[in-house]
Amino acid sequence: MEFMSLSAAMSRFVPDGAQVALEGFTHLIPFAAGHELIRQGRRDLHLVRMTPDLVYDQLIGTGCARRLTFSWGGNPGVGSLHRLRDAVERGWPAPLELDEHTHAGMAAAYCAGAARLPFGLLRGYIGTDLVAHNPRIASVRCPYTEAEIATVPALNPDVTILHAQRADKQGNVGIEGIVGAQREAALAARCLVVTVEEIVDALPPAMNGIVLPHWLVSAVVPCPGGAYPSYAHGYYARDNAFYQRWDDIARDRDTFRAWIARHVLDTPDHAGFLRSLEEAA
Amino acid sequence: MSGYTPDEMMTVAAARMLWDGCVCFVGIGLPSAACNLARLTHAPGVVLIYESGTIGTRPEVLPLSIGDGELAETAACVVPLPEVFSYYLQAGRVDVGFLGAAQIDRYANLNSTVIGPYDRPATRLPGAGGAPEIAAHARQTFVVMKATRRSFVPRLDFRTTAGFLDGNGARGRSGATGAGPRAVITDVGILTPLPGTDELALSGAYPGISVEETRAAIGWPLAIHDSPIPVPAPTPLELSALRALHARTAAAHARPVHIPNRSSSDVRHPESRRG
Repeated sequence: MEFMSLSAAMSRFVPDGAQVALEGFTHLIPFAAGHELIRQGRRDLHLVRMTPDLVYDQLIGTGCARRLTFSWGGNPGVGSLHRLRDAVERGWPAPLELDEHTHAGMAAAYCAGAARLPFGLLRGYIGTDLVAHNPRIASVRCPYTEAEIATVPALNPDVTILHAQRADKQGNVGIEGIVGAQREAALAARCLVVTVEEIVDALPPAMNGIVLPHWLVSAVVPCPGGAYPSYAHGYYARDNAFYQRWDDIARDRDTFRAWIARHVLDTPDHAGFLRSLEEAA
Repeated sequence: MSGYTPDEMMTVAAARMLWDGCVCFVGIGLPSAACNLARLTHAPGVVLIYESGTIGTRPEVLPLSIGDGELAETAACVVPLPEVFSYYLQAGRVDVGFLGAAQIDRYANLNSTVIGPYDRPATRLPGAGGAPEIAAHARQTFVVMKATRRSFVPRLDFRTTAGFLDGNGARGRSGATGAGPRAVITDVGILTPLPGTDELALSGAYPGISVEETRAAIGWPLAIHDSPIPVPAPTPLELSALRALHARTAAAHARPVHIPNRSSSDVRHPESRRG
């Protein structure tokens, strides 16, 4: 485990062409890391995430992605991810390959990856056309009951990036609140980078809170506000007004490009990103 | 003047489907409003589960996303997402799945993936999320959708989520463990499957809406149950609870968000200043 700056961590652990999972189910989405990948002009990424959310809309719209593994690609409670749609419907700014699943299927794929099994199983994908359009969804016959069970290949990202509330000085990572599939995505990956709200002397006692021990973690990056406009429970709330506003920003290519230029490309880091939003308000 | 909107009638009718103490897996949007209205009116003991892993949640305001902090703070417990899908849903511990979709057909199959061909869609929709497995494993499902000829279609562009498949008992042979859709609640009436064929038919009629008006909103020749049952209009209690819930929600979603370690001012957006 090393403490690193965000720019150093992204440049060391996420090369062009990497398979990268930025996980966090609505909560603790690592936006700062996504923005840094955009600043560094990353290309040909295979993005993995159950819910692409705004962070992948931004990466896709900026041309960083070649392929997307996902299970639900909308702006929650608002509507479409317009940049994802533009890439799929019109190939702009580049065509995007889809590896599409259900939530239960992706969860099984992360669990299998974390356990270093070749595939995950579930009673799933019953009667859905997804099976006909994704050759990676298959099935096996149970050797004990003869039942047919759906299978998905294990997910083992080159790197998983999480945002967490805190890490201690050894680099043990504490996460509480809605945890999604973060633990599974972390353990499935070959490298794990975690951005955190703060670094503390000792993690607060949390008998069942998720702790990722320091020897699983490749790098810890102090990054307050790093999940904004999603949220970090106990630190700041989800900016639902921003999620609603994103619909207008992302609907149009030029508005989107101007927003990315002003708030991401022309800012030096995440503090600069947050400052630029204040100035724009 | 009826004193309520078609949307309100739909949400109230959907809420009435839940009973006190039932365990309900909730989709976002219309299902979330209906399920919370049930909890705030006739079913205070309903156990609401959102796919973010929040179990027994009692939100004061409707979440915008399925993972708002409100859901975790008011939950009986919060479990990892793989656990909620495998140990709760797949294990058969959910009474009701409550879903929405972009398209539905006469056998209550749902499309939330694409309009047009999958490889070159005219409209790319968000996709499956939890719906296929919720529809397979909840003991029964309810679907809530506004009825239009574009959404209630003779043939889906893509079958994301299985209802009764091709009807006539096909679901029973599919490996799905739950019984499937029990009702489709729309803004022009309630549709339920006919015994034997599984085809949706009008079974609940709303006040002031004729069978012809209902049929006009459905994209296939809608069958009618022998004697559609009149659905009572929303009560004053139901309406006031629903409107108060929406008002609290709108105010909460516009509230400015404070980012820590920033200067004293909040991060503000034009929306938050208007209010």
